[in-house]
Amino acid sequence: MERIPILRMGEFLLVTIQVDMHDQLAMTLQDDLSERISGTGARGVLIDISALDIVDSFIGRMIATISGLSKIMDAETVVVGMQPAVAITLVELGLTLPGVITALDVERGMRLLRDRLQSR
Amino acid sequence: MSALSQRTIDVIRKNEGPLLASWHANLDASGAARDSRISQAEFESQTKEFLRVLAAGAAMGDVNGMAGNEWSEARTFLERLSRSRALQGFDSQHTANFIFSLKHPLFELLQAEYGKDPADFASQVWAVSELLDGLGLHTVRTFQKSREEVIARQQEELLELSTPVVKLWDGVLALPMIGTLDSQRTQVVMESLLQRIVETGAEIAIIDITGVPTVDTLVAQHLLKTVTAIRLMGADAIISGVRPQIAQTIVHLGLDLQGIVTKANLADALAVALKRSGFVVTKGA
Amino acid sequence: MSTLRQGSQAVAIEQDVVLARQTARKLSIECGLRLVDQTKLITAASELARNAVIYGGGGHMDWELLEDGARRGLRLIFRDDGPGIPDVKLAMTDGWTSGGGLGLGLTGARRLVDEFSLESAPGAGTRVTICKWT
Repeated sequence: MERIPILRMGEFLLVTIQVDMHDQLAMTLQDDLSERISGTGARGVLIDISALDIVDSFIGRMIATISGLSKIMDAETVVVGMQPAVAITLVELGLTLPGVITALDVERGMRLLRDRLQSR
Repeated sequence: MSALSQRTIDVIRKNEGPLLASWHANLDASGAARDSRISQAEFESQTKEFLRVLAAGAAMGDVNGMAGNEWSEARTFLERLSRSRALQGFDSQHTANFIFSLKHPLFELLQAEYGKDPADFASQVWAVSELLDGLGLHTVRTFQKSREEVIARQQEELLELSTPVVKLWDGVLALPMIGTLDSQRTQVVMESLLQRIVETGAEIAIIDITGVPTVDTLVAQHLLKTVTAIRLMGADAIISGVRPQIAQTIVHLGLDLQGIVTKANLADALAVALKRSGFVVTKGA
Repeated sequence: MSTLRQGSQAVAIEQDVVLARQTARKLSIECGLRLVDQTKLITAASELARNAVIYGGGGHMDWELLEDGARRGLRLIFRDDGPGIPDVKLAMTDGWTSGGGLGLGLTGARRLVDEFSLESAPGAGTRVTICKWT
């Protein structure tokens, strides 16, 4: 079955979404990620969406859900690399993803996660 | 159906030289000839080429089917012609005259050829007239479209010119907005700001609206949406220079400014941006 | 206004939503829409195609590439023979959903395009038309 790979980098998990996801694939990713967070005890999740040229309400909801799920499991989620056109479209769609932490790229996202972990 | 007969096509091809000469004379007389914008050689090659595609098209097809394949070469030629005329700044009358001034020379030619056959003469004049009218209309239509494209492009260029995104510090961009904002301009400006954030990796963007006298509902909403979009991308936005009238508008509209950082002026906004980026400003001894 | 080209494709199963997005992307590039407008139109198409699959039990996406003077446009029509929408006005309210979604599909799609129309009646299927101009 088709799956989006989840990489482990120390205490963080990194997901790079590069394909035009159909809904089932997004649901699988959501399940896989929560399994991996609890399995590895990861403290942070980075979701890199810089390759996505659209995010619709379904994917938007998946991002919000992952962010909420990880929080309950004591891990922070940072969404990185959202394209300008995607951001404008999401806002117009009415999905502003409050509570989801964002960063410009993976490097900054990683730094942000470390800072937040230290200040806890 | 009126179509050009083979005899007409032959006579046009045979008399290309005299026809061109009297067409040129006619164009000169109507004032629709070339001026310094077109060279003599270019002009002559255009008239010659048109006669060629006209005869070629007529040889293939019926005059009423201007949209058909047999006229595609003629249409392409005229589209290119009117586009270049539009870009060179000629008016539509000038461009249409290029074709209509061919009527008279052609009629004279037909008269000489069909002098003894009034019925044939009438039907061929009719056919030529319809054909040139159709081609002329097509030219005007294309001309109009090209002009609209030129205007649209200029408007876009103007928009881009009026919206500079400047780098204030390492990682800090500023967008000083000046003048009345309409919804379209706000949209373009905001998009270019977002694009620059990606290109430069700046983490803080300051939108300064000191130079904006008033905003309407749509523009205020655009501003707020932009701030949200910047956050989604992973950067922060600060709005500076909010005038009292604009603050009132925003409150009146019931727009939610929660989570949006506003500062009285650009200097204060820069101070916040520097502090957040970890810079400390000290005065030299 | 004239139609330059047109076509149609089925939107029957979930994977077709991805195909509908790809067609919308290809056409909006060909149409000459700006990047932001492309993104908005593709996103709207994704919402409506998903609606047709989930609520309409599958349907079709018809497309038309339009020209009006110097402007070009892309029109997409999503139609299904599903149960239809009993209360169109209610369905056009932000946050209302009949199927466990966020309730942003229809209303969100309307905000993303230049023209939007919705025809539906109980038992008569649903037809949503959207259009975006350069």
